[in-house]
Amino acid sequence: MAAGALLAAIPFLHLPAFYESFLYLVLHWIVLATSWNILSGYSGYFSFGHGAFYGAGVYTTAVLAGTFGVPFLWTLPAAGLVAALLGVGLGAVVFRVRRVRGELFALLTLAVTFVLATIVQNTPIDGGPGVYLSAVAVPALAPSASGAFYLIALTLAVITLVLARTIARSRLGLGLFAIHDDEDAAEVMGVPTYRYKLAAFGISCALAGVAGGVQALFVSYVTAGSTFNITVPLTVVLMCVLGGTRHWAGPALGAAAITLLLYASTAADQAVAGKAITGAILVAAVLFMPEGILGLVGRRKRAVSAAHSPPVPITAQRDRMTPAAPRHVNGASAPLLAIRGLRKSFRGVRALDGVDLDVHAGEIVGVLGPNGSGKSTLINVVSGHFAADEGSIRFEGSELAGMPAHRIARTGIARTYQIPRPFTHLSVRDNVALTAIFGAARCDRLHADAAALRWLAFTKLLPRASELPGALNLHQTKFLELARALASRPRLLMLDEVLSGLTPAEIDDAVELIRSIRAQGTTIVLVEHVIRVVTALSDRIVVLDQGRVLAEGDASDVMTRDDVAVAYLGVAHA
Amino acid sequence: MTLPSAALLAQSALSGIFIGGMYGLLGLGLTLSWGLLHIINLAHFAFAFLAAYLCYQLASVGGVDPLLTLLLIVPLFAMLGVAVQWLLARFRVSALNSLLATFGITAIVEAGIQAVWTADFRKLESVYAGLKLRIGGLFIPLPELLTLSLAVALAFGIFAVMRYTRLGRALRALAEDAPVAAAFGINARAHSLILSGVSGALAGIAGVCLALSFTLTPSSIYAWVGVVFAAVMLGGLGSALGALAAGFVIGLSEAITMALASPSWAPIVSFTLLIALLLLRPGRS
Repeated sequence: MAAGALLAAIPFLHLPAFYESFLYLVLHWIVLATSWNILSGYSGYFSFGHGAFYGAGVYTTAVLAGTFGVPFLWTLPAAGLVAALLGVGLGAVVFRVRRVRGELFALLTLAVTFVLATIVQNTPIDGGPGVYLSAVAVPALAPSASGAFYLIALTLAVITLVLARTIARSRLGLGLFAIHDDEDAAEVMGVPTYRYKLAAFGISCALAGVAGGVQALFVSYVTAGSTFNITVPLTVVLMCVLGGTRHWAGPALGAAAITLLLYASTAADQAVAGKAITGAILVAAVLFMPEGILGLVGRRKRAVSAAHSPPVPITAQRDRMTPAAPRHVNGASAPLLAIRGLRKSFRGVRALDGVDLDVHAGEIVGVLGPNGSGKSTLINVVSGHFAADEGSIRFEGSELAGMPAHRIARTGIARTYQIPRPFTHLSVRDNVALTAIFGAARCDRLHADAAALRWLAFTKLLPRASELPGALNLHQTKFLELARALASRPRLLMLDEVLSGLTPAEIDDAVELIRSIRAQGTTIVLVEHVIRVVTALSDRIVVLDQGRVLAEGDASDVMTRDDVAVAYLGVAHA
Repeated sequence: MTLPSAALLAQSALSGIFIGGMYGLLGLGLTLSWGLLHIINLAHFAFAFLAAYLCYQLASVGGVDPLLTLLLIVPLFAMLGVAVQWLLARFRVSALNSLLATFGITAIVEAGIQAVWTADFRKLESVYAGLKLRIGGLFIPLPELLTLSLAVALAFGIFAVMRYTRLGRALRALAEDAPVAAAFGINARAHSLILSGVSGALAGIAGVCLALSFTLTPSSIYAWVGVVFAAVMLGGLGSALGALAAGFVIGLSEAITMALASPSWAPIVSFTLLIALLLLRPGRS
């Protein structure tokens, strides 16, 4: 508080204008870097187009205030809006294309910057010679103009940092962090990835646009060349990488450090040395601490909290652990899941070729089949990871085919992956809390944390709650997959080879666990290779072969049928 | 608006092909390291400019024939390429982080150039600069023709090596799946160093060509980045012939845009192509 008052009082101390302008620049870069981080740092969609959205703001204010005489402060919301609309419009197209991630997204946004620059340069928006704003009045917020700029930037920086911090600790933030680690898995666990990316992009661009609007008047003469260049995005990226992209305060720290450094070198009349030093710092930062300054701090903190083991295991409360109540109450005979004529091909290979399958509430259905018979594809299509080509999947009466994966998760279906896909930068506890928040359980943040601890106790992972998934062994990672699936409180749980790779003792452990999950009323579809386990656990067995249901029935009956033996072992030629 | 004459259009198209050759030449090294090593080497541009300045220095001050400087520049920049690759591999840098780290290297090189040669314009006045061939009504400047021939020869040479030799097959296998290729006895480390050496040498050659035809300033390093990236992506990562062909497409379309509209509209062509391609191209990453 006192610090805040002091910061706000600076313009009234009648310091030389130089100090106010310098502080303005620090705050300006803090806003740009922090706003970039909200999309790019949190979700991993590195944008090299921040200059485009910043530039959209610059030119909105330049045109409105410089050409049309709109009062400066009124142009700032417009600058934010124009930039946000541009970002959301771009995102609405780009985020639909699954392939445009990582470096391709970076390039695409960079290309957008150059296209925008060319348009601005060649249309009356700029026209070539640049736009002067020297006639525009600076709002009289402080004794001096530089003081007024400082106050505006301070306000904007505070808003930006509060937003960044709020988002980092909200559902949106958790969802973005999950997108960063594994976007497809996040979607399957109920994170509305498309909407979240779009929201983050919109907020990020709006803030950059406002910062651009302020900067337009601050420099009072804008040209396309100095606005839409590669230095803005690269400086911003540098600041964030240096400070740490996974913490809301990281970019601000990096921005302050780099601005100071650049200033120190220009003030000493060594701009060239400054450039070289900045380059060297970037190289060193990427090589030695790819997670940034606050990334290092975060790691140390985690190590400390892991040493003090987490709170006493909470005894599992049975009533809290039952699956979420079904939305539709059907007749007792209607199946929980009814699949009809399901087809899915990959470039002509028919992975599923007309599968019909019913799963009734309370059952454990074992799905067997040789490699390539379509078992995993079945789970991938039902969970929405892949869209079905044809056929219907009805779950409690509602049609799942064509529904986005995150909505399928919310209807009460959860799955595990054959090769575990934990979110590697989220703690074990957050991994589990995520599905409690985004899955069918729909917990709020507080309840989700409690639920996560309960499910970690259930899977005997509680002592590892504050570690990263990378610290777990295979057995524990598989149990983490289970805890994640359970925390969403599914009514249907699909397990994709949870036992593969485990030792016999670990398998016995897992079998006990699966039995106790069913005892709580969760219906289970079990895809497995270990035939002994499947026959012991399942009420009913379905054998898939070449994308079709080959046999279905009691464990003992099915496994002795000749055609099943042929599918597994080949034809006897004796 | 009147349409420009046929002769002017032809001359524009020709200069489009020449500049396209330069795009392709710069893109060659970039596409190899990006497609095969998963290193997005922004420093490629900085090295090309460093080579250009070296060539300028040797030729204009030392009086050496600019083409002879290749004898020094090619091995020197091959070593530089190897050194950068060694550093990046040592720290297991991801594709995105390689972009950041090599941007840092670019800034250092740019500062170095500025410290030695200042930020003023430098133009190499060599014996080649004034030479022009005249075919029909068209003028063909010799330095540009040299760049074009080098770009075409190198692109086809690299294509042939990648396609028909053991080395090329090993490199392609490593790019596809490094662990599996290693299990088949391919030395990933040695091959990546060879490739980065080739890529560095290509930066050196491109630099000499830059010095022959263009005015140099330290900040113009960045002017080439966007367009050449577009060419590399258009041509398909790792494809030498693709980069060259895409360079021609972009160069030609820019030149035609310049002739029909105005020079300042030129950048929109390549970048719109790049955006459309990223969004619409099915399959391949």
